[in-house]
Amino acid sequence: MELTSTEAVSLRRPLKERIKRNFQRVWASTYMRYGAAILITLSLVALFADVLATHEATRLYPAERLQTPSLSHFFGTDNLGRDVYSQTLAGARLSLFIGATVVAISIPIGAAIGMVSGYNRRADAVIMRIVDGLSAFPSLVFALALMAALGASVVNVIIALTVTYLPRTARIARGSTLAVRGLMYIDAERAIGSSALRIMRYHILPNIMAPILVLASFTFATAILVEAGLSFLGAGVGADVPSWGRMISDARETINSHGYLMVFPGVAIAITVLGLNLLGDGLRDVLDPRLRGQFRAGVD
Amino acid sequence: MTAYIIRRIIAAVPVLFFVALISFLMFRLTPGDPAAVLAGENAKLEDIEQLRVNLGLHRPLHIQFALFIGRMFKGDFGESIFLNKPVLEAVVDRIEPTLSLAIASEIIALGFAIPIGILAAWKANTFMDQGLMFFALLGISIPAFWLGLILIFGIGVELRWLPVGDFRSIISDGPVDFLRHMIMPAFALGFLRMALVARLTRSSMLEVLREDYIRTAYAKGLASKVVLMRHAMRNALIPTVTIWGLGMAGVLSGAVVIETVFTLPGLGRLIAAALINQDYPLIQAVLMLVAGLFIVFNLIVDILYAYMDPRIRY
Repeated sequence: MELTSTEAVSLRRPLKERIKRNFQRVWASTYMRYGAAILITLSLVALFADVLATHEATRLYPAERLQTPSLSHFFGTDNLGRDVYSQTLAGARLSLFIGATVVAISIPIGAAIGMVSGYNRRADAVIMRIVDGLSAFPSLVFALALMAALGASVVNVIIALTVTYLPRTARIARGSTLAVRGLMYIDAERAIGSSALRIMRYHILPNIMAPILVLASFTFATAILVEAGLSFLGAGVGADVPSWGRMISDARETINSHGYLMVFPGVAIAITVLGLNLLGDGLRDVLDPRLRGQFRAGVD
Repeated sequence: MTAYIIRRIIAAVPVLFFVALISFLMFRLTPGDPAAVLAGENAKLEDIEQLRVNLGLHRPLHIQFALFIGRMFKGDFGESIFLNKPVLEAVVDRIEPTLSLAIASEIIALGFAIPIGILAAWKANTFMDQGLMFFALLGISIPAFWLGLILIFGIGVELRWLPVGDFRSIISDGPVDFLRHMIMPAFALGFLRMALVARLTRSSMLEVLREDYIRTAYAKGLASKVVLMRHAMRNALIPTVTIWGLGMAGVLSGAVVIETVFTLPGLGRLIAAALINQDYPLIQAVLMLVAGLFIVFNLIVDILYAYMDPRIRY
């Protein structure tokens, strides 16, 4: 009885104090701090890409093809005379936009589907067969197949990546829901007549948030890697949109003479994904250290 | 055990059915007419119509699907449109380079990952642990295709130490030539897998090292090498084997980009080409194959799991 009353008190703690406490917990992790620093910097770069750019990212300067890095072109120019520095900045905007959108769509929907599946046995039988079927394809192959069917564009990349990662989110959310649903407090809620929706919203969701948040950061990272892979293979955002993957693919044409051109977009991808992985590792350590080993970042 | 395996195989049937349905519908429910795409931009309307009849695309969807399933049971996956030969033949021709790449990259990945993971866990929270884990974190952050290109640029183009591209068969060209052509692609693909497995080995090793039986082993005076290798490692590798096995099918994702980068004539490049050319019979077959492999790997992992951990009984 006493435990319940303390819990009730802690739940009623003012929002401001709760945010402060959570922030302190999160800030204690070195990984989180580095990851957050990288991501905040990158987000600012993406936001102010137009101000920071020295040239128009997609504009061709045929007379200035394949110039080495200089004061007028910080990273040099590519085989069509585009400014590599300005393209790299524009690529940051695209990568972060795609990653964030995929997470914003696939995580809430996937989590909702997973919760329903984990809570309701009848729904589970149907949902899990579909989820199993969808996640039997390797992510890049599946995204590539969808892109081939849909055609190259930013929106289609987002659709393809969302469809690829939604079942994976659902699976994790289902697993966590199954672990929670057998607990005593869920039985107690059911006994006092709470609706399934209420139980899921107020009692299951808060308790499966930790793995979902960790998954969100790894999905963000993987979405950026897969988008780069798709654009590299020529099935991504389209030839006229500055994307890191497409820049690497373009640089490949001149690998014998100007191999350094692919260094800039590649390092940009690595730093972004590293930041997100640091964030994911940090979140996992802070929120729930038992999750170690349950998540796999990277393309599978 | 046998009952468990039979149950698992039966459970795989509905999944395979969905896989077939998804593979089949992907090119039929999305915008764009496969026949129009195949006929080319300047094709006349009657030509497109003729092609549609030839390919059986004029029939209702459910009939097409039933025919697709029926033919598959007979081992007939249709004819590749761009290669002009049976899909099965096209796939079989491409297996050797991909299998070689997968095995070589896994040898590199596991050969480094398990020692790295064990060492990092043993020296947990020291400078060495942090260094190794940062290295592993870098491994999962670098795109494999980019690493491949950097290797081509550095080792192939600038230093000229190794040949770039092309595949040599270990059977017909000998192991030396095979290795010279395979080291770079295998490393590019294996690096990510190494990083994943090293992280996993470290964390499961750390968990095991906290167990009572490890303390007991130390208490009875065993050398730390013996405790580490005989008591801890065996148990720590159980979760590693699971994730490693599940990731194996995903190696094909890596093969798609790595084979493209290194121009290896494998399955990965076949998949990429099929998708870009919208060769849908080939895509359907390849998707089925890949998903089938995934399900088989899942099953193997579960069986292996039971053998490795005597506590697990089905």
